[in-house]
Amino acid sequence: MTADKIATRDAYGEVLVELGEQHEEIVVLDADLSKSTRTIKFAKRFPDRFFNMGIAEQNMIDTACGLAVSGKTVFASSFAIFASGRAWEQVRNSICYSRYNVKVVATHAGISVGEDGVSHQACEDVAIMRAIPNMRVFVPADAVETKAIIRTIAQDQKPAYVRLGRAKVPVIYDDTYVFHAGKASQLREGTEVALIAMGATVVLALEAAARLAEEQISVRVINMSSVKPIDRDAILAASNETRAIVTIEEHNVIGGLGSAVAEVLVTFPHRMPMRMIGLQDTFAQSGSYTELFERYGLSVPNVIRVIKEIL
Amino acid sequence: MKQFKLQNSVAELKEIAKQMRVAILKMLHRAGSGHSGGSLSCVELISGLYFSELRHDPRNPSWEDRDRFIISKGHGCPTVYAALAFAGYFPLAELDTLRKLGSILQGHPYSRATTGIEVSTGSLGHGLAMANGIALAARLNKRNHHVFCLLGDGEIQEGEVWEATMAAAHYRLDRVCAILDHNGLQIDGPNDEVMKVMPVVEKWQAFGWHTIQIDGHNFDQILAAYRAARKVVGKPTMIVAETVKGKGVSFMENVVDFHGVAPTEEQLVRALREIESSQP
Ligand SMILES: Cc1ncc(C[n+]2csc(CCOP(=O)(O)OP(=O)(O)O)c2C)c(N)n1
Ligand SMILES: [Mg+2]
Repeated sequence: MTADKIATRDAYGEVLVELGEQHEEIVVLDADLSKSTRTIKFAKRFPDRFFNMGIAEQNMIDTACGLAVSGKTVFASSFAIFASGRAWEQVRNSICYSRYNVKVVATHAGISVGEDGVSHQACEDVAIMRAIPNMRVFVPADAVETKAIIRTIAQDQKPAYVRLGRAKVPVIYDDTYVFHAGKASQLREGTEVALIAMGATVVLALEAAARLAEEQISVRVINMSSVKPIDRDAILAASNETRAIVTIEEHNVIGGLGSAVAEVLVTFPHRMPMRMIGLQDTFAQSGSYTELFERYGLSVPNVIRVIKEIL
Repeated sequence: MKQFKLQNSVAELKEIAKQMRVAILKMLHRAGSGHSGGSLSCVELISGLYFSELRHDPRNPSWEDRDRFIISKGHGCPTVYAALAFAGYFPLAELDTLRKLGSILQGHPYSRATTGIEVSTGSLGHGLAMANGIALAARLNKRNHHVFCLLGDGEIQEGEVWEATMAAAHYRLDRVCAILDHNGLQIDGPNDEVMKVMPVVEKWQAFGWHTIQIDGHNFDQILAAYRAARKVVGKPTMIVAETVKGKGVSFMENVVDFHGVAPTEEQLVRALREIESSQP
């Protein structure tokens, strides 16, 4: 881990320009949030291939459908709550059903949005996007992984939902990092507990694991950035090689990463203890990023407490 | 700052508006984030409601016959919070807690946290349909209250606004009065560059609404429009109010980038000096 902190949305803005240079067929849509989602960088560089749809997310997604049917690779962005929520049925019926080449890249997900409060904090997006057949869901942990994921999905012809954050997060990976859809990335070996995280909670998992190592508790850390398709092998290995699984997500525990892991775990013949850290079926509130993470259990002490409890 | 009575002359309203601007800028500065431009553009429209036109009672916030106000452009809530505090719905000191952990004043309106907030908004496009629902219930319950609903001009790009516009006319909801805060700007730039919304008056007329056009910072025109809207029979009313985003602070007026930021310490001092020395 380096000392650098970069918001995943900033990495998105940069990589879109890079891809725009290489691929004529890439077009980008936004819904009056291009300054915040950072698609403005692409808009400035390729004004002809950028369409601001105004504050009209449903309109944006069906327009994306029309462009994709006509051979374009479409990136459509807004805040996660509006891209996944307001336009959910357009995403399901118009994009996923017929498997069109539209990438919904949503920023400002989760409670790290902070002071804007609940109306702007998407903590259900992974659940509702994951529930749609043909949709893939990727949640990068840092700027490097964001670029890797965006480069990967720009090459395939299928729908995807990418969940990005507003706040700056530490850079975990270096430029040698390779992303594969359906593959988790193991960041730390461990034999007692497997901590499975996504997005901004990966750093938390790493910190908690480092602290527990000082107490001779060996914790494996897995970044499950490919929430769907999920890495069954990584979960199987964790269930064979550790004694318990703990998931951490900046999302409601209903339908999110914890649920996705549990759905795999229950198909294995043996049983093992599991806990889910995340929003416990509650709305959050306004507050600073750090205060909210503390308040809703996304803190190193809480992760340590849960792990000790389960062991 | 003191509490204000609910019925005021135009001269008194001007003073209230001035103090509301001060309160808005201070609370946004303390919060460190929030929407300056769109809060300042609707100060006269909202103070004209709470301190003249609305039938309401801060001591009895759930009075069944009260008029309702919905801020559909929820990000402008600092203005409503100031109005509610000035009217006595909650202590003025609460304004200092805007957007902080545990506050009754959430970043966007939350009806379960704030006395006087009728419905939760913040996701654009919802308010007008909510107003229609309230008006339909009033009709069923044989009540006479009116529903006022403030929309942003970027907000009306949402399809739901037009679905609700059609429904209000269809159900002849003459108790619904929508107000358009027509400041010409949204986040990514002027409406005209992002997604043209003009002509607005003709659009609402074509949907079967009564329309009124006013200067949204002129209390005489604002109050006359509200009174006229109450008298319209058989159709809803849209008041298209021409406004200036960031109104009252020279360096914020018509500046797109002041949409979603709070004033810094230095900006606050300058802004307050301007407002306090301004002639009503
Ligand atoms: C459904 C939805 N999409 C996007 C946003 C983000 N957003 C907040 S304010 C805003 C611009 C609003 O412009 P306008 O309605 O003109 O408001 P005003 O100029 O009065 O501030 C946007 C896009 C939102 N709150 N809700
Ligand atoms: Mg506007």
